[in-house]
Amino acid sequence: MTDIPATDDAVLRVTDLRTHFPVRSRGVFPKTIGQVKAVDGVSLSVAPGETLGLVGESGCGKSTTGRTVLRLIAPTSGTIELDGTDITRMSAKQLVPLRRKAQMIFQDPYNALNPRHTVGTIIGAPFEVQSVSPPGGVRAAVQDLMARVGLNPEHYNRYPSEFSGGQRQRIGIARAVALRPKIIVCDEPVSALDVSIQAQIMNLLKDLQDDFGVAYLFVAHDLSVVRQISHRVAVMYLGHIVELAPRDSLYSKPLHPYTHALLSAVPLPDPRAQANREQIRLSGDLPSPINPPSGCVFHTRCFRAEDRCKAEVPELRELLPGHTVACHFPMFDLEVGTVIRGPQGEVSELDAPEVRPPSEVIADVVESGGLARATGVDYVTGPDATPPD
Amino acid sequence: MTSASAPFLSVQDLSVTFPTEDGRVQAVDGVSFSVERGKTLAVVGESGSGKSVTAQAIMGLLDRRLSSVTGHAWLEGRDLVAMDDDEVRRERGSRMAMIFQDPMSSLHPFYRIGAQLSEAVLVHQKVSKQAAREQALEMLNRVGIPDPRTRIDNYPHQLSGGMRQRVMIAMALINSPALLIADEPTTALDVTVQAQILELIGNLQQEYDTAVIMITHDLGIVADIADDVAVMYGGRIVESGSVDDIFYRPQMPYTLGLLASVPRLDQVRAERLDPIPGNPPSPISLPPGCVFQPRCAYSDRVADHACEGVRPELVDIGGGHAVRCHLDGGQRLAIATDVLDALAGSGA
Amino acid sequence: MIRRLSTYVIRRVLSMILLLVLLSLVVFILFSLLPADPARLTCGKSCTPEIIEANRHRLGLDMPVLAQYWEFVKGIFVGRTYAANSPDPVQCSAPCLGYSFKRGEEVFVLIKDRLPATIWLAFGAFVLWLAAGISLGIYSALRRGRWQDRSVMGVALVGYSLPSFFIGLVAIFFIIIRWQLLPFPSYISPLENPVQFLQTMILPWIILATLYAAFYMRLTRNQMLEVLGDDYIRTARAKGLPERVVIRKHALRAGLTPIVTAAGLDLAGLLGGAIITESIFSLPGIGSLAVNSVNDADLPLIVGITLVAATFIIFANLIVDLLYAVIDPRVRLS
Repeated sequence: MTDIPATDDAVLRVTDLRTHFPVRSRGVFPKTIGQVKAVDGVSLSVAPGETLGLVGESGCGKSTTGRTVLRLIAPTSGTIELDGTDITRMSAKQLVPLRRKAQMIFQDPYNALNPRHTVGTIIGAPFEVQSVSPPGGVRAAVQDLMARVGLNPEHYNRYPSEFSGGQRQRIGIARAVALRPKIIVCDEPVSALDVSIQAQIMNLLKDLQDDFGVAYLFVAHDLSVVRQISHRVAVMYLGHIVELAPRDSLYSKPLHPYTHALLSAVPLPDPRAQANREQIRLSGDLPSPINPPSGCVFHTRCFRAEDRCKAEVPELRELLPGHTVACHFPMFDLEVGTVIRGPQGEVSELDAPEVRPPSEVIADVVESGGLARATGVDYVTGPDATPPD
Repeated sequence: MTSASAPFLSVQDLSVTFPTEDGRVQAVDGVSFSVERGKTLAVVGESGSGKSVTAQAIMGLLDRRLSSVTGHAWLEGRDLVAMDDDEVRRERGSRMAMIFQDPMSSLHPFYRIGAQLSEAVLVHQKVSKQAAREQALEMLNRVGIPDPRTRIDNYPHQLSGGMRQRVMIAMALINSPALLIADEPTTALDVTVQAQILELIGNLQQEYDTAVIMITHDLGIVADIADDVAVMYGGRIVESGSVDDIFYRPQMPYTLGLLASVPRLDQVRAERLDPIPGNPPSPISLPPGCVFQPRCAYSDRVADHACEGVRPELVDIGGGHAVRCHLDGGQRLAIATDVLDALAGSGA
Repeated sequence: MIRRLSTYVIRRVLSMILLLVLLSLVVFILFSLLPADPARLTCGKSCTPEIIEANRHRLGLDMPVLAQYWEFVKGIFVGRTYAANSPDPVQCSAPCLGYSFKRGEEVFVLIKDRLPATIWLAFGAFVLWLAAGISLGIYSALRRGRWQDRSVMGVALVGYSLPSFFIGLVAIFFIIIRWQLLPFPSYISPLENPVQFLQTMILPWIILATLYAAFYMRLTRNQMLEVLGDDYIRTARAKGLPERVVIRKHALRAGLTPIVTAAGLDLAGLLGGAIITESIFSLPGIGSLAVNSVNDADLPLIVGITLVAATFIIFANLIVDLLYAVIDPRVRLS
């Protein structure tokens, strides 16, 4: 139903996945009175060694998607293929050997580790569960892993409480990569960490990918983090993927109005650029996933919505190479072949961003006293027409 | 400190220690800064930097039996630290107010929005309950709650996260305080809601001529709303200055490290980030010299291992820009230029 | 909102009735599975197989279990007659919870006669332990870590670890026998002789309340400490509310909510009989009746007491849940 670039060797392929949670009335005889459509028709694929970022705001279904593809949550419909094997309907027992191929890293490094087990036991657990005896023994393999993720192997017998947040996340990562899985689902792996530690962990994930060729499905809300680590990025809203594109294409030419709004809402760590930037303010709150809006689920908050959006569900279509968007009125002018920048519809050429070293810019600023931008890509300009709320 | 030219809020040499079983924890160590009405000071730092404790010390929210606060916090000439519990309580919610990170847990789950707002009015103003409710309605309207006449009778759990934070802001500003301390007010919110809330705080700040202290770890928020910035690390301010000083002329290796650590949407993406190595220090065992020395890549450029043994002072290097670092000015400038150029040039 | 609360109440009452039916069925089936033959237990030493069989028939024990259960349930509503066709039928009027042939009395009447003593004992102790437990618990929480806190918690630990039969006997020995501060306990209705009633009940109340008060001190203290660390308490302080308002209005309401649950269930448990305390002080309550019925293997009476005690618990559960809905808007509005 959608145009997912079909790489035959995808390590994970998800087709039209739906995960609905029944809403039951309370009382003696509970009735199902509705469905929370947490994931509602998601298709995606992840190639070996690739990172697919899955980004969106709370309630968009990104975490549920991540858990469903590992069968930690039962899917309602659709198919999940892990390394060529359909795991959608497999029993828990059948799944056990396949857990070697797919692992997970969690957000909260404090809760994801059993406080009563030593680090050695935690990291060695996958070997035991899968009855794998690594050459040289489990202990040597675990200590090797510890060194690999930047932990001191001599701390083999310590408990999680003796480690800092960043170190605990390293423990979780060591456990996940122990059996050299083909894919790891990372659920907000750095959002609970301090800024300086976030960067360490992102670099570690990247190094492990380079070394082991592991693929990541990287679930996160932070657009900057997702850009840093992903090769391709999918933007989710209310259970749907609204845009899926190669990283640079998505961040420099966002086609969906929602992606635009998201990107424009991220404050840039550059006071002058931030002061000059006009931002899109989305009005209203996220609609309930029990009764999602008709047609395009985003139409209730969209600054470009027209009548058609209320009636017709937009399909994902490829407008730029590998860059698909589900929108009736994407921010892309099909005739001119350019991206529309900003909700008011002005059309401009796509330029490569001009990058100047900040020291040069600072010199300018100091001399002229005027405002200048240190560097930057200007992906969003001008909606003075959009009222806040 | 009572002269007319004195700053609106002036914090001087503020220190907070907690006696614990593991020894004295120095959470805040000699912090000084000032804020004027209508201006925003951002206090930036990671967990354990002392930024939240500083705010709670100013607000008098720390239990005096469990902590010791020294120094001064002059609010229009009156020292909040020297006041007794009841005096400082009268200032809270009337002349200074605070909003917090998690708007769900910060509102009482059992009381209606209206009751929680009116309560804030009634404790500081001699007005009728009806008048307090009218003020609450007016304030809900002003913070952009749609249909306030219905919402005023809602319980917190019936509102979305963004709406709850608007209610918190309404409650904080209902007595028109001159100082608002916002402790990570958008960390628990989505990015589009965060933008709405920051805009709201900015608009109300202009309207009421409020001094704002914004406590955050997010450099984007700092760039967005701050006039001045204090960077905290290990309980101390390690660099402070105007927002331009901090973003365009940073001097302290920790500030540079922070700027290099964050992935940025406005720069060409580097394949690898350049993180600060190691972990933030535990406030229980701070290094004796410079608190940042164990993670600093440049401390070997300072003679006699001064960074390890001698505590650097916060020195004004001109125009209100202050740096706590043993490196000399030339060294710092060279390092800053290197780091900033590498940041902009990497991956290009 | 009123309407939502009332539908909530109706829903809860319906599920309570269903639960009662299920519970009585389970109790009934469990007792029918016991190896003891209830018919054999109905006559004394001079038993002959004929008498046993006759009694079996009179009690309806020759019917299938489910049929017996049906008769039992029917009896609760319309009463029943045992051995209707025999020359000496036994009438058990509604609500009939069974008939104790051992005592020659309807089970309902037996329980009804014993209920006042138990109710007085339970409620008196309940008031005492809540007053002492909650107030000392709050006091302790507000002085956390200081000597007052440590003393209160020390007392709680002592109260917690002394078994009630021990302090009960000690109290009787010193207060009643040695020092003769109180007369020997002899239960009488407070309507007949309030002074003797109080003299009889004061020791059992205190003894029974001690254990619970110790438990509630700790519970209240921990609840309060947890709530006092909550974010909305910080918000209340940031508003500039005086500390006593913060405690009374904001912390207490949230902190005491879980205590409502515990208190309701504990009270209901006691209404099923405080076995040890009633036995020590010879109070004619459900607890001592239960002990006697077990000693006598009086099966109909045991079944009756079990059901009554369980009904109290289920009913208390309902009350607690309704109170919860009144206290916590998240319960009634979600």
